[in-house]
Amino acid sequence: MTKPMGNTLTAIALAAVAFGTVAAADEAADLVINGDQEMVIRTAAPEHLSDVLDEINSGWLYRKDETQLLQMDDFDNPGMIFVDLAQDAWNAVDGSEEKSCASCHDNVEDTMKGVRAVYPKWNETAGEVRTLAHQINDCRENQMGAEKWKYTGGKMTAMEALISVQSRGMPVDVAIDGPAQSTWEQGKEMYYSRTGQLELSCANCHEENFGNMIRADHLSQGQINGFPVYRLKNAKLNNAHARFKGCVRDTRAETYKPGSPDFVALELYVASRGNGLSVEAPSVRN
Amino acid sequence: MASGVKPRVKVPKTAAAGDAITIKSLISHKMESGQRKDKEGNLIPRSIINRFTVEFNGKSVLDMAMEPAISTNPYVQFEALVPEAGDFVFTWYDDDGSVYDTTKSIAIG
Amino acid sequence: MEFSRRETLALGLGAAVVTVMPFSVNAAADDVIATFTGGADMADTGIELTAPEIAENGNTVPVAVSAPGASAIILIATGNPTPGVAQFNFGPLAASQSASTRIRLAGTQDIVAIAQMADGSFAKASATVKVTIGGCGG
Repeated sequence: MTKPMGNTLTAIALAAVAFGTVAAADEAADLVINGDQEMVIRTAAPEHLSDVLDEINSGWLYRKDETQLLQMDDFDNPGMIFVDLAQDAWNAVDGSEEKSCASCHDNVEDTMKGVRAVYPKWNETAGEVRTLAHQINDCRENQMGAEKWKYTGGKMTAMEALISVQSRGMPVDVAIDGPAQSTWEQGKEMYYSRTGQLELSCANCHEENFGNMIRADHLSQGQINGFPVYRLKNAKLNNAHARFKGCVRDTRAETYKPGSPDFVALELYVASRGNGLSVEAPSVRN
Repeated sequence: MASGVKPRVKVPKTAAAGDAITIKSLISHKMESGQRKDKEGNLIPRSIINRFTVEFNGKSVLDMAMEPAISTNPYVQFEALVPEAGDFVFTWYDDDGSVYDTTKSIAIG
Repeated sequence: MEFSRRETLALGLGAAVVTVMPFSVNAAADDVIATFTGGADMADTGIELTAPEIAENGNTVPVAVSAPGASAIILIATGNPTPGVAQFNFGPLAASQSASTRIRLAGTQDIVAIAQMADGSFAKASATVKVTIGGCGG
């Protein structure tokens, strides 16, 4: 579905004006973590998006100063305690095979570097696109003989955060062609479909109105480079499907199940809209 | 003992004698305020960290009383004097009687 | 949707009542203060309270207090169901009488910090924090 250039320019112009009027957000700010890890928080839109957006940017930019600060130091970032907890889980033996993640994957810093940046991705053996959470549960069930974790539960989001941190600063780079293409197309269609009693599509807010206020919230582009995200609202880590579920529910539609093929497709598409931004996880947002 | 309660504290490895250092501390804890209701409409009882103390070589740096208005995963940042090498002991006291602690050593250099 | 004149007046009066209501005035907050100060006067200098003007989210609001020379500082949220938030007692190895933490605010309200100084006197600072209901999924 193509959009006339006019709508996009209007949206961007509105966004520029809106930024100027929102007192505490500094759109020129840069995100450097721990004083030395520079994040790419704004960059040229990836090719598949260049007909509707010139620039993609991180949700970090849309938050107030105090919230932005929370992400700039790993001892201010409340999401990092869950990375610590997951590090313990990484080393803990669990399941009938008497293995821990470390038994096969050694040190997480070495073996998981770059992994998060390319997920969701096509799994040849499984014959489907898989998310990180699916892969974690696959390993647990089939390699460790351990119980699967709840898709949006604390143990899963903490492990996602531990693995994501190993890709922090690397550009998001999910494949949208080859065997993943049909899943990607499905996700794209969902993104642009109006749904629910409120008849809103993801694009209505996150492509046509980023930079504007929705009630008291500053709308971002809805990028997921920062997921799993520590939300101030519920004071815990949240992964993409948990957030999607809420977003769809907020359009007053029947929402989808985390882990479902619908959300896998949507996650692949939304991730691809952020191709080029740095993996920021665990990020801190509203 | 609540599960998943883990401290996370940042203390520099070294300091000059007499330096003031900034310490950032956090502990993962739900801090159930006692205001929330469960699905049946019953109040979920309060269960929080109610006190946080910091000592250096046995001398007090900070003794903080916390109430339910402290956010989940309580975070406290403060400044401490480092007269000599030694150990910072951080202790959190839970309503349920549990005590969590962690020690960070600092050298003079 | 048609409103009768009677209904419109009633709606209007309701709205007027809501707008006239002040920020939560909390007698309990006064009690907490009185317990700490014993009713003594409070100077309005000597203590700093840093809080955002508009909280990103009322569940986690970063605040900081600082009162050089204080032995203790209390923090109160006058509009919360229970106003007490924290009491910081500074020991001999505190490098400064200051601390930051993150608090929950139930709604727009004044927060108050009171320091007890080494000489037994008191100082007070307050700040108004606006707490909004979020947008989508907020």
